[in-house]
Amino acid sequence: SSGINAEYGEFQTFQHYFIQINLSRMDIVIELSGGAELLFDGKKRHEVSLPEEGWTLAKLLPWIRDNLLQERPELFMQGKTVRPGILVLVNDADWELVGELDYTLQRGDSVLFISTLHGG
Amino acid sequence: AVVSTQSTGKEIGMKNNCTFCGVFRRQALDRGAALLKCDKIVTGHNADDIAETVIMNILRGDIARLGRCTAISTGSEGMISRCKPFKYTYEKEIVMYAHFKKLDYFTTECIYSPNAYRGNARTFIKDLEQIRPRAILDVIKSGEDMSIKDDVKMPTQMTCTRCGYISSSELCKACIMLDGLNRGKPQLSIGKANKRKQILKATADTGSTAAEMF
Repeated sequence: SSGINAEYGEFQTFQHYFIQINLSRMDIVIELSGGAELLFDGKKRHEVSLPEEGWTLAKLLPWIRDNLLQERPELFMQGKTVRPGILVLVNDADWELVGELDYTLQRGDSVLFISTLHGG
Repeated sequence: AVVSTQSTGKEIGMKNNCTFCGVFRRQALDRGAALLKCDKIVTGHNADDIAETVIMNILRGDIARLGRCTAISTGSEGMISRCKPFKYTYEKEIVMYAHFKKLDYFTTECIYSPNAYRGNARTFIKDLEQIRPRAILDVIKSGEDMSIKDDVKMPTQMTCTRCGYISSSELCKACIMLDGLNRGKPQLSIGKANKRKQILKATADTGSTAAEMF
């Protein structure tokens, strides 16, 4: 009985763990405009499911750079924050109103990056 | 006359295109407005643009331009006056406004802008803005308040002997540029006047050139 029951026991534990992971994923939307989308292969809208919670914008930015960005990271980020000239809107409000890098993301949030760096 | 930046780009390379494009575009605007009998030319220069221009002119020691670039309205006899109503409006405000009002928004960049001198001033202004956003308005104010010593030589306003356009020397910049392009020596119009004389002397070129274009 140790054979099958033991495996079943492991499976139950695994199921439990699997459900836990699903419940603690966080779905957000990342959008780009003003030319910023060109760094992301032209894709303006990215629906993203992030593992576990506790994501601040400070944590999200390098994640975007490492997972979504297709080229020239120096045009997206400078140091720990966005390159000066890129506006960040959280749920259609200026990120300065919600604490900039310290803002903690919530399920369903929409983060929009607008580049103002263009023209002649 | 149609001069495309593609063709000037081939002649003078990737830098200094702003000189040709800017001069020809301004004249084209002026002459077009005159044909339509307009009273005023209104451009969309914003606070960021003006601050960048102030920094650029300081870095290049262009005291003549520095005095003019912060004026909200420019104009002189015979020329249609120009004004910049967005002089104090931040680029950020404009972009946010366009976003929330869902306006059609062009984001195409001039292909020569990566090499343009303005890029240096722009990066500087953007870094300043991040530290203290008021810096942009402060730079504009400083540009406005800058006073010039009495004994500094300032250019006088006259008209071009060839085309009649407003100019600070005998030949206006556009005519000098066209001359240079047509002779195959576009570098004549880049740089200071005495350098131009040197190039002309060295090549001892005769022969009349276009400039009847306007």
